[in-house]
Amino acid sequence: MAWFTFPADNLLCRCLGISITVWFTLLFVFIIMPAVLGVSFGIRSFYMRTLLKIFEWATLRMELGAKEKNQELYKPYTNGIIAKEPPSSLQQEIQELRGSANSLRSEPEFEMADIFYFCRRGVESIVDDEVTKRFSAQELKSWNLLTRSNYNFRHISLRLTVLWGLGILIRYGVLLPLRLRSYLSEKVHLMCYRICVRALTAIITYHNRENKPKNGGICVANHTTPIDVIILANDGCYSLVGQVHGGLMGMVQRAMVKSSSHIWFERSEVKDRHLVAKRLGDHVADKTKQPILVFPEGTCINNTSVMMFKKGSFEIGCTVYPVAIKYDPRFGDAFWNSSKFGMVSYLLRMMSSWAIVCSVWYLPPMNREEGEDAVQFANRVKAAIAAQGGLVDLIWDGGLKRAKVKDVFKEEQQKLYSKVLVGDSEDQMEDKRSEDGTPEGDESSKDPAEGQ
Amino acid sequence: MGSSSSNMDHIPDAQHLMQETGFSAAHLVRLYERFDFLDKDDRGELRLDDFEAVSELAMNPIGDRIIRAFFSPGRETVDFPSFVRILAHFRPTDTNRTRNGRNGAQPEPANSRTNKLKFAFQLYDQDRDGKISREELLQVLRAMLEMQVTEEQLQSIAERAIQEADLDLDDTISFDEFKKSLEKVDIEHKMSIRFLE
Repeated sequence: MAWFTFPADNLLCRCLGISITVWFTLLFVFIIMPAVLGVSFGIRSFYMRTLLKIFEWATLRMELGAKEKNQELYKPYTNGIIAKEPPSSLQQEIQELRGSANSLRSEPEFEMADIFYFCRRGVESIVDDEVTKRFSAQELKSWNLLTRSNYNFRHISLRLTVLWGLGILIRYGVLLPLRLRSYLSEKVHLMCYRICVRALTAIITYHNRENKPKNGGICVANHTTPIDVIILANDGCYSLVGQVHGGLMGMVQRAMVKSSSHIWFERSEVKDRHLVAKRLGDHVADKTKQPILVFPEGTCINNTSVMMFKKGSFEIGCTVYPVAIKYDPRFGDAFWNSSKFGMVSYLLRMMSSWAIVCSVWYLPPMNREEGEDAVQFANRVKAAIAAQGGLVDLIWDGGLKRAKVKDVFKEEQQKLYSKVLVGDSEDQMEDKRSEDGTPEGDESSKDPAEGQ
Repeated sequence: MGSSSSNMDHIPDAQHLMQETGFSAAHLVRLYERFDFLDKDDRGELRLDDFEAVSELAMNPIGDRIIRAFFSPGRETVDFPSFVRILAHFRPTDTNRTRNGRNGAQPEPANSRTNKLKFAFQLYDQDRDGKISREELLQVLRAMLEMQVTEEQLQSIAERAIQEADLDLDDTISFDEFKKSLEKVDIEHKMSIRFLE
């Protein structure tokens, strides 16, 4: 019916026109202007609180739904799949193994049962180990309506599905296009980063700003994702150091070099420590240059722990400003698993998450002390960052993501075991001395030494 | 991570596996995830290098023996059912199982004392001829001690161990002799891993 559709059409066009205008105005007022002026409306924190309430409600519904159907709700464990006994020493465990077998032994000796200790430890590592856990995304206790972080997604209730569907619409239809548009415009350094931050709906809390890194120093932080850079650069200007990448990252890197001095290395150059150290040293010595931002872990870790810091940046001998970055995993997992996802798919995921919420702590500057070598200094800084961010401080090398463990660790285990069997040299001396004395008296004096 | 919803549909023959191994559905799902995680190239089965990538295992003196225990003789890959069957050995023994012999055709569960012992026995007996020879014992000792003791000390330790356990004096340790020498050891506890509910 032509006459019928005509006014309706008109109306539709007008509505569309108005809504688009409104849209753009909102965009301008709420996103671009504040970014330029550096002002915040507090909308994002409101958004965050609302989201949290919705997530809790969603999890509750899921649990109720599962109970009704009498199904098991799969709960992800942030602590792992098996209950690991409190770590007792090798000596203690083997003593226990033997204690139950044969208490009449007078000398330390090999027992067939000893193998059980190593066997169990080995199988435990196969099922769940400390290191590989760090390289997979952290699991959450409640669902945040992103299918990618949920294992239980089933049609549990209509309401939940509707909410999820709405969530998808909003995220892909509204937030994503908005962010793409804002993401592509970049001119002035800080303004650009602020736009980025708003684009990702990143809610960042900076603590202890008085400790912000100053010129002529090195800023050291734990690494979870390339977005760390955006988050830190939002609050100050840094020079970056890193691997020259190909693809999208490479383009970004080249673009950045044009605006301020950054240090990018070729893969082959990285191996040449002296060259790296020299360039860093030169940059730092020049007091007019911005502080250098370094991620000493060398690779992205999943934000539950801090892994071994490579000592390179700690050898230069200048002031180190440690920074701890902790992401709130409830709103979107920021971790970039480079072996599983490429840069572009990672960015897509980031931009279609709910938000990126994180806290940044600026720690007081540290200097290398007398008699402390680079490795010890690095460990001291690492411990400080881990303590502040509430992360686990690990000795393991982030390089383990790609490489294998060194034999030196295996030797440690062998040493410990041999002590149990053959005894320390002091124990053996005692042995010789006491052989002339009473055998009984020795038994009791030796056992505590063995069992630690 | 988490792009695949790990529910039971992904697991081949889940019901049968549950009955055979005694793992609950939640355990199986969890183990499947771990299997999937270890399987770096998404082949659906594990190979030697997938196991070797576990760093804590590389640190273990008998790590490579444990890895080999997962592979059936002659096979170079481990599929999920085999993976789970081996892990089933490490489930804590069910204390409320009646010990009134076997009822009918019920096979002994994977985590029975005997089966745990069999698993440990295989760690020693690499050529699977049913006996631990002096040489095999020496190999295990070498793995566990390497540079820390001299060859003579190794030999004397091995000698003593065989003398103790070898009852029929054939210079090897059979499975029954192995079992007997470990009579008093609390295997159920020491060879068990507590899987969280």
